[in-house]
Amino acid sequence: MKSSSAVTAPRTAATASRAVTDGPRKRIRRQLPSSPWLFAAPGLLIVGIFILYPFVSTLINSFTDKRTLIPGEFVGLDNFRELLHDDMFWIGLRNSTLYILGVVPALVLLPLLLAMLVQKHIPGITFFRSAFYTPVVASIVVVGLIWVWMLDERGLVNAVLEAVGVGSVGFLSDQWLLLLSAMTVTVWKGLGYYMIIYLAALANVPRELHEAAAVDGAGAVRRFLTVTVPAVRSTMVLVAALSSVAAFKVFSEVYLMAGPNGGPAGEDTTLVMLVQRVGTGLTGRVGYASAISVVVFVVTVALMLLVLRADRKEDA
Amino acid sequence: MSTVTETRETEQATRKTEGRTGKSGARKRGRITDENGRRMPVWEIVLRYLLLLAVLALMIGPFLWQLSTSLKGPHENIFSSPPEFLPGSPTLHNYERVADTIPVWDYALNSLKVAAANVVTNCVGATLAGYALARLRYRGRRAATIVFILAMLVPVEGIIIAQFTTMRELGLNNTLIGVLLPGCISALNVLLMRNAFLNLPYEIEEAAYVDGANVWQRFLRIALPAVKGTLAVVAIFAFMGAWDDFLWPLIVLSDPDRFTLTIGLNYLHGTFANDERLVAAGTVIAVLPLIVLFGCLQRYFFRGVGEGAVKG
Repeated sequence: MKSSSAVTAPRTAATASRAVTDGPRKRIRRQLPSSPWLFAAPGLLIVGIFILYPFVSTLINSFTDKRTLIPGEFVGLDNFRELLHDDMFWIGLRNSTLYILGVVPALVLLPLLLAMLVQKHIPGITFFRSAFYTPVVASIVVVGLIWVWMLDERGLVNAVLEAVGVGSVGFLSDQWLLLLSAMTVTVWKGLGYYMIIYLAALANVPRELHEAAAVDGAGAVRRFLTVTVPAVRSTMVLVAALSSVAAFKVFSEVYLMAGPNGGPAGEDTTLVMLVQRVGTGLTGRVGYASAISVVVFVVTVALMLLVLRADRKEDA
Repeated sequence: MSTVTETRETEQATRKTEGRTGKSGARKRGRITDENGRRMPVWEIVLRYLLLLAVLALMIGPFLWQLSTSLKGPHENIFSSPPEFLPGSPTLHNYERVADTIPVWDYALNSLKVAAANVVTNCVGATLAGYALARLRYRGRRAATIVFILAMLVPVEGIIIAQFTTMRELGLNNTLIGVLLPGCISALNVLLMRNAFLNLPYEIEEAAYVDGANVWQRFLRIALPAVKGTLAVVAIFAFMGAWDDFLWPLIVLSDPDRFTLTIGLNYLHGTFANDERLVAAGTVIAVLPLIVLFGCLQRYFFRGVGEGAVKG
């Protein structure tokens, strides 16, 4: 290493330095100002320009009639007044809310049961854990398209249903079945993720409690309700918070399964789909889409507060 | 058996509190016991495996069905009832066709470019900023930390229109740079790195400081090698996030020549929805790289779930 002569400091971490391969760059580095802001600047810039500035401008735009190619003017609360009379907005709000009601209970309970199933260290269990996690790794587009084909009128699920004599079901043509199918896909894709979260929580459950309960003659269901659930309650709250916020902002599953226009007569449109549809394109109504986004912010924050409050109340 | 212990270690790494580390020692080779070291009854073992296999079919089955469909030739009936699970005469014909229909390899390359760049920018940017937040003393450090926390809380789905407007003002809409930029240093990753640096003992760096090492030397030689694990998590999730992302590229990209793989698949589905074999081949191309990556590095995937959930 010819560059080592450039180092004035003692080699306190000689072993670690080998991992850093650098030649003449080292000399330049010594002349760099060691300002902390230099370290933080790239991150602050990106986050400022592409997250915080768009956030503030969304708030501001929601009070204007800005369009994609027209700067727009301040219109006060007009956008929000229009929302109240916009059927599509209410459909979106309804569907996003239904999504929370459908998805969150399943995602709080099922991954916990799954985690208990893969908790015991029986041979091959790592394989099962990894396999159950695979849908998390796959892109939502892949997952959506896989299920579009699975639930197709002539797809696998209907072929099985017909073979057992139930007959074909229009999973992707009925407005409500479509929403239900999309929820199922969301749950299917999320199971593995929350399973891992629960697995870490279950490892912290004192096993003495289980033993004591078993000695007292408590059955499996009873032990689950009196030992496991209380012990992982804070994790359940965390999962409820994470999954409800994600459910309210659902876009991809419904977009892929119901199509860009949100199923029959747009009845499956979610709020974020509406934002995307209204706000993009050459005639995009940026101001109005921003007003819908503000509703998304408000509900998201409210959800978080609600869940955290529920947590605190149970603590008391 | 060694893989089992490995997962156990990973779990313990994600746990906040240490303790009860000795319990794996109670387990003996070749005998199935529960976590108390007791022998499990046979019926329980059988029941567990039956349940595991049922869930396995549910979680992996759809992927395999997609793979099977993509390998079925044009003369094979893919709609038969009862369904035929295995292709009669497997063929790669559909993969050739998908490449003829959309420039799928170009799309894959675009996705790879964005994902690779996202890994580099997130690793470098988040490490630097995380180090500044955790270790360096300066006025405004608290404010900088709060900026990142606030940014982490902003729901991205709600600001996409404004992000798109910003991108258009910068003339970067419909470019891969535009796809990359908004997430290229994510606030969550910065805070993850900050926590990783905060968990290091400060004394070593102090010793180096006394020895005259400047801030770059302390950062590169001492702090950075100690947070490699978290850095790997950041890298993997940056890759996966960029490769899998759908909503943002859908909004920022309009020119089919510049599509990423997910947008290309959506396009393929929208245009050739009735050609299931074709769409199936496309999805397999999109998902295979990540499944391989996951197979190789699953330890870090699981670890990332713990860290991201606790801090996020």
